[in-house]
Amino acid sequence: MSAPIELKLHHTMDRPDSDNLLDRTAQGVISAPLDRPEGPLKVTGRATYADEDHPDGTVHGVLARASVARGWVVGMNTAEVRAMPGVLDVIRDPRLLRSPAQGQASRAPVQNPAEIFYVGQPVALVVAETLEQARHAALAIRPDYEAREPVATADGQPCETPPAKQATQGDLDAAMTAAAHRIDVTYTTPAMSHAAMEPHAAVASWDGDRLTVRSSNQMLKHNVAELADALGIRPGNVRILSQYVGGGFGGKLGISHEAVAAAIAARRLGRPVSVALHRRTVFEATMRRSETRQRVRLACDADGRLTGVGHEAWVSNLKGERFSEPVTQATPFTYAGENRVIGHHVARVNQTTAGSMRAPGEAVGVPVLECAMDELAEAAGIDPVELRIRNIPSEDPSTGKPFSSNRLEDCLRAGAEAFGWADRRLTGQRREGEWLIGMGMASAVRVNMLETSEATVILLADGTARVETDMTDIGTGSYAILTQIAAEALGLPMDRVTTVLGDSDLPPASGSGGSFGAASAGSAVMLAAQAIRTQLARRLGCDEAELTLKDGAAIAGNRMTPLTEVLAGDVLKGNGLIKPGKTEKTVRQATWGAQFAEVAVSALTGEVRLRRLAATFACGRILNEKTARSQCLGGMAFGIGSALTEEVMNDPRDGHFVNRDMAEYHIPANLDVPEMTVTFLPDRDPHANPMQAKGIGELACCGTAGAIMNAIHNATGIRVRDFPATVDKLLDRLP
Amino acid sequence: MPAPTDHPITLTVNGTVETLVLADPRVSLLDALRQRLGLTGTKKGCDHGQCGACTVIVNGRRINSCLSLAVMHDGDAITTIEGLGAPGALAPLQAAFLHHDGFQCGYCTPGQIMSATAMLEELRAGWPSVVSDDLTAPALSDDEIRERMSGNLCRCAAYPNIVAAIRAVADAAAPAEDAA
Ligand code: FES
Ligand code: FES
Repeated sequence: MSAPIELKLHHTMDRPDSDNLLDRTAQGVISAPLDRPEGPLKVTGRATYADEDHPDGTVHGVLARASVARGWVVGMNTAEVRAMPGVLDVIRDPRLLRSPAQGQASRAPVQNPAEIFYVGQPVALVVAETLEQARHAALAIRPDYEAREPVATADGQPCETPPAKQATQGDLDAAMTAAAHRIDVTYTTPAMSHAAMEPHAAVASWDGDRLTVRSSNQMLKHNVAELADALGIRPGNVRILSQYVGGGFGGKLGISHEAVAAAIAARRLGRPVSVALHRRTVFEATMRRSETRQRVRLACDADGRLTGVGHEAWVSNLKGERFSEPVTQATPFTYAGENRVIGHHVARVNQTTAGSMRAPGEAVGVPVLECAMDELAEAAGIDPVELRIRNIPSEDPSTGKPFSSNRLEDCLRAGAEAFGWADRRLTGQRREGEWLIGMGMASAVRVNMLETSEATVILLADGTARVETDMTDIGTGSYAILTQIAAEALGLPMDRVTTVLGDSDLPPASGSGGSFGAASAGSAVMLAAQAIRTQLARRLGCDEAELTLKDGAAIAGNRMTPLTEVLAGDVLKGNGLIKPGKTEKTVRQATWGAQFAEVAVSALTGEVRLRRLAATFACGRILNEKTARSQCLGGMAFGIGSALTEEVMNDPRDGHFVNRDMAEYHIPANLDVPEMTVTFLPDRDPHANPMQAKGIGELACCGTAGAIMNAIHNATGIRVRDFPATVDKLLDRLP
Repeated sequence: MPAPTDHPITLTVNGTVETLVLADPRVSLLDALRQRLGLTGTKKGCDHGQCGACTVIVNGRRINSCLSLAVMHDGDAITTIEGLGAPGALAPLQAAFLHHDGFQCGYCTPGQIMSATAMLEELRAGWPSVVSDDLTAPALSDDEIRERMSGNLCRCAAYPNIVAAIRAVADAAAPAEDAA
């Protein structure tokens, strides 16, 4: 076989797309609700996750963890533990992590476990021949501490108020005073946990100076840089494999304890080492979403037109962490109003590291803003859907920039119609026996992003193709959509395209996070395929725009030629690279939706039963209707958890994560999730990327909890301003 | 530490007789499957009986294999996800999960499918649940599926599609039952 012919197409989004390639291709697989190509492996147990491919001689490491919240480890019974059966090593290394890396950090997080910042922080790794021996020995570790008084909770603590995260426009106080109707309310949302079903795990092995780690990570190019930096080795010597990731939700964005510990241990012992975090360690020592306190002020005139919007947030994190939950991220552009205040305050606490969790910011900020809008609608006597429609701005009211596209009104109208919103009664007007019935709604808004991403598409001489990129599939459907994009652009049936992901030796993608994965990695694949299309067109003597590719043949002019004939034994290797450009700055990009909920609340017990959820979204081109819908169902269920069940409880004495297991931290179970309907409005956004697709997976969990809370109010007349709406918050206020 | 059990135990796993010498009685059935027998299709989500990812069928009943020691299963017949079907030869539930997108990341999926396999048998045998209207002959309502599958957590929340997949298989099987 001759050497491949190298082609490339690199593109920066400096102007809106005018080509719209995927609307002029002919294969007909893009957007189709196709099954996941990796699905057969997943449903038969053949997909191998992080801790499922142990090289011969693999031994097991278990992290020993701190039982105090703050101080220093000044000694440890390492000699005693080393003597236990099967124990190979007890490792206290300053390179072990205090916290996992934040998303897209690309450098080591805070290291050195000798200083303790939170209960459950790893202090050492115990390695033994078997998992049972390592687990037992890790429990026998007794650190000597020099303990300090911790800051157990954010309550009453002084806050940092970073100037860049505050904004004022006009005079909100004056607007509040002059308003026909006003709302000034404070809501709280609890800390939450990602709780991906696959616990973090890593299996490390060395070949000379080259390290290979099988792990469960979302963003391999960043993870390689983080791991190399943490270990003090060259990134070129690190390979990370994450072909199947058992859920991430932001909890596996950055490199975490297990990879660093496994790599250090494997180096010391000269053997492969597996470190699979115990579920409790995942809860306590990886990441959480910060709790929030939010003050919302809304002022409107007699017609319900907003004249003022204030949204101030108080969140927390560990010392030394730059990330803080961007609660108000969507507030500057969601609704109109000339007088505005945005506030952001961070307390430093001795608790589990706070980081990004599915839709950081909007997941907690939008539901609260939407509850406040519901309160304003009631105060003004205006229908909640109508109040929102009256306040959709014609441009970003905080910057004056145009929207790339604003479909909020379309989503609200279509969603209300499909749900039967017109049947909603006024507060407390509907009862069926024991059950108080209510309907609520919320807008869904999430910023839309694009990240640098690279991919290779190889068209082989036999007319099959291979997609290669280090993108991950964390359940989002990357395998499906990247295969579809390549198949569509090259005019190939799906079974002639193979997609290889999750290997950091492949071209670096955006990774999975921020809902930018599909748009970024997908655009790179499309560009790579487009480079091949251009070459095929050249060979056929036509313009790429006049070329039709379908079912493995090229049609140009009136002639159909099999691809194998056009290739004539050659292999075409297209390299695609997408970079964000000016369209990131010149327009406000976001995704839009409307969520509707119907609940039944027991008048006797306060139990909330969700009856149905319906959502309408506009998020650009849908790449696979089946996987996109699944993303939305999952996101909406995330919202159910936020509204009704999920809450990290911290001990007020030392801040420790009390309910650190799956029996006590309540993610929704099957019976908690009712009938849900998802509708996508036909949509394109030329400013977003050359595919005109946008993010989905996070939008779906923005707003849901607000819709449910508003439905509870409509049923009962009770405003729960402290999420989640558990029975205890309703019981003594029931009508 | 007590003396290691050097008695071998015999498990019939997916129809194959396996003899295991477990030097350590603390090995869970889950870890024996994953680490000793290389059957990593059975997943570990919590190791505490809280999530259902480790569900396997032992002598016809679904159990959480993380909550059971391997040495307790001498002589038992165990079915894991690998024994149900293979790519290209999917069992009906596996095919239905694929078609209805009853999974996303896929990590809870083997447990869901094993649980659903046994659950349909339980229903066929007339076992009632807390949501059954008729305790002597429970009908296969969507809520009945949801309740009976609530021991299998899915953070991706593929639940609506899991219910649809199970319903499709149960409905396809129903006419044959009527005829019988
Ligand atoms: S791993 Fe057994 S129930 Fe979770
Ligand atoms: S498919 Fe991801 S946890 Fe169920």
